[in-house]
Amino acid sequence: MTGPRGAGRAGAPAARPLPPLGVLCPASIASVIGGGIYLAAHLPRQAPFAPAVALLAVAAALLLGGLAALLRVREFAWRTFRMVTGWAALAYLAVGGMLEFVFVLDGTRGAMLVLVTLMLIVFVANIPLLLAFTVARYQPPGR
Amino acid sequence: MSDVAVPVGHDAAPGGPPGSGAGGQARPRAIVPLAGLPLAVLALGSLVAAVAANRLWALEFFHVVGGGLWTGIDLFLGFVLGPIMAQLSIPARMELSRRLMPKMLLIMPTLVTMTLASGWQLARHLGNLAGTSPDHGWVVASFVVVGVMSVIALGILEPANLAVLFALRAPEPDGRVIGTLMRRFIYTAGITGAMQVATLVIMSRLAAG
Repeated sequence: MTGPRGAGRAGAPAARPLPPLGVLCPASIASVIGGGIYLAAHLPRQAPFAPAVALLAVAAALLLGGLAALLRVREFAWRTFRMVTGWAALAYLAVGGMLEFVFVLDGTRGAMLVLVTLMLIVFVANIPLLLAFTVARYQPPGR
Repeated sequence: MSDVAVPVGHDAAPGGPPGSGAGGQARPRAIVPLAGLPLAVLALGSLVAAVAANRLWALEFFHVVGGGLWTGIDLFLGFVLGPIMAQLSIPARMELSRRLMPKMLLIMPTLVTMTLASGWQLARHLGNLAGTSPDHGWVVASFVVVGVMSVIALGILEPANLAVLFALRAPEPDGRVIGTLMRRFIYTAGITGAMQVATLVIMSRLAAG
């Protein structure tokens, strides 16, 4: 999972073998959005939870799998990664907070609220991870 | 929610041609234009107030303004500005991108949040979410369209946009890296355009009742 040493040019880091977060995170986002559409399409009735839970599980597995694989990489622009993750997380926590506010305001309660909140957490976690990974992979390791 | 479909360094040599301005231009200190942040905060704060108040006109305002600008900007960038930029010199493309893309990074997420949050509340307010509503199928279709656009925007385009901005800050921006990232905009422009046209059809249908 680690790349060659001394990849100094800005373009060289992109050639290093890295976990496929560029595929895993969008797939995770697609799963969680699919689950959200499924639940929303049944409103105001409560949809059977099983398909939405399955999609959430797939999304969470893709996210955690990608994150675990990335954490094993040593030569990576971790400082840039952390910086972008921090700011992007701040921005998307605000967006996630707004969505959670809307759910609660609309009277979502109980198991449904738990499910949509978990979906929201997976959704919001994916975006900073993907943004930071895409930026950092094109930066020289150690930057 | 595509950010900007403009090829920058598609065929650029590493570092760009001499005198491209890649290294000589003053690089911005911030990726996101900080002067625009108060406006984004004001827009989103007003949106929260509109949702909390659940006033039909306010929800309609945010949905129409946000959705109109989102669709218009998306189509304009993808099908008007993008092809024009493809014909510009590489230094000109990089210069325009360096100035345009930071603004898009702030404008587009704000417009999308405005549109979607107010649209959801509007559908709820008007009863379109109910399965018994004659417009329910159109609303679900809009969920699917927005879902596809969200995956493309958040999963493909926004990361590329941000990575390009970081790459452009390098002392010698690598045209190959920027070109590789910008190809994503070209590949997805057709899908995004089709989704935006579908949005126009669905929203016209819903507005007609």
